[in-house]
Amino acid sequence: MSRFLSVARAVAWRSIHNTLVSPAIIVPSIVFPLFFLAAFAGGLSKIAQVPNFDYPPGYTAFQYVFVFLQSAAFGGVFTGFAIARDFDSGFARRLMLSAPRRSGIIAGYALGALARWVVTGSVVTIAALAAGMNVPGNPEELAGMVGIGVMVNVVAGLWACGVAMFLRTEQAGALIQMPVFVVIFLAPIYVPLHLLTGWIHSVASVNPATTVLEAARGLLAGSPIDVGLAFVLLAAGAVVMGAWARGGLASAERAG
Amino acid sequence: MRNRSRHRRGVAGDVVAELAGHPALIEQIGAVGRRSITRTLRQRALLVFPMLFPLILFAINGSALNAATRIPGFPPVSYRAFVLAVPFMQGALFIAVTAGIDLARDIESGFFNRLALTPLSGPALLAGQLGGALVVALIQSVVYLLVGLATGVGIASGVGGALVLLALSILIAFGFAGVGALIALRSGSGEAVQAIFPLLFVTLFLSSASIPRPLIAVTWFRDVATYNPVSYLIEGIRSLVITGWDGRALALGFGFAAALVIITLGLAGSAMTNRLART
Repeated sequence: MSRFLSVARAVAWRSIHNTLVSPAIIVPSIVFPLFFLAAFAGGLSKIAQVPNFDYPPGYTAFQYVFVFLQSAAFGGVFTGFAIARDFDSGFARRLMLSAPRRSGIIAGYALGALARWVVTGSVVTIAALAAGMNVPGNPEELAGMVGIGVMVNVVAGLWACGVAMFLRTEQAGALIQMPVFVVIFLAPIYVPLHLLTGWIHSVASVNPATTVLEAARGLLAGSPIDVGLAFVLLAAGAVVMGAWARGGLASAERAG
Repeated sequence: MRNRSRHRRGVAGDVVAELAGHPALIEQIGAVGRRSITRTLRQRALLVFPMLFPLILFAINGSALNAATRIPGFPPVSYRAFVLAVPFMQGALFIAVTAGIDLARDIESGFFNRLALTPLSGPALLAGQLGGALVVALIQSVVYLLVGLATGVGIASGVGGALVLLALSILIAFGFAGVGALIALRSGSGEAVQAIFPLLFVTLFLSSASIPRPLIAVTWFRDVATYNPVSYLIEGIRSLVITGWDGRALALGFGFAAALVIITLGLAGSAMTNRLART
């Protein structure tokens, strides 16, 4: 166990260090969610005037929750890019040779993804509060929302880790981010589910991301809905993606 | 025998060989342009992903934001029709990156240095290099238009308007290809070109891409969208789809697109001269 932890700690520290000292890495991951927040909460705020739009904290809070969870997911995705880069540069192979417990590598990258999101999520939250976002939820409910964010980050990070380790090239970037992007955008991001119509309503109704997003929005609004179900879905996602990442690691080990 | 030596030399070698004499300007552009187009068509990933991504967003946003049509004052059209202009802009942004990366790769690989030894002129090299970008722009504009029509969006300005729409979107794409070329020539690095993509995307976010400018409630956002030329490029295309023949929107759209082409190609031409002089 101590060998697992020492590998995880070393990989996480390197991942966090690389993120914090490289403007090319940290700036886009902060700026992008901020622009999503500005574009959606600022540009589309009149959507709150659509009949039957019923989210009492307002449109800024409605969009903040989406951007908050999106930044969590993309914290994991960007870490997948870093893993792919490590394979391209040859660092990952040296790392696998030297690590006494290789599963610690996955844990280390996952911790790195979490740390990256702590920075991004904090900046997005400060920006939303500065824009006058209402926060009716109590501290326990807000902690629940943050917990959902952490789980989203872990699930997306494990997915990205698995893809990067299976393909071991930076060209895997599109494959890492596309499915995450599509799953997120097929949830009700602009309006509540009941205001969606047509095929997008059908897809969003069965998309697990919808339950997760609505649970987080409910927690921020102080009226929780389906929180338990959201955590169960995310825990199941973490188990499946954990196995996927472990499979990726085994594939990388076989490749030598 | 000749074919085998041609194969060994590759398209780049053909270009250098073709330019070894003293060809006319049009031949110079043709030689470089042929290579640019061939290279672009060979890289299917460069064609498919930039085309697919805007279509996915169009499919999702076109449905997910349909509720926006119930905002008082929204034009009486479907949201899909309203937002059809956006894929054309997104496609143009991708072209900026692919055109810039192609050019940067030529600089990084030393191909530019070899061209500098030929009598090729700077403007011919620039125009030819952007040939591939023009082909991609044409293909993706036609695809976006056909997808729009297939999803039930009508073109209010008719067949003539559809042709004008294609012309405007290609002009816009050419202008953004000039942005990519400028960055590539100034920096000589593909990584620097990729780094500008988020910045270009931000100009799309902060525009009237998702909602008409008068309906943007947040003042600072509305002001930024009003001063953002991208709003007028989008509104030029959009007017042909949802309004019909709107002289003002078209004049602004074509005006800003032409200005973008002139400014970026002018600056890129000067950067090209400097780079060829340095080599």
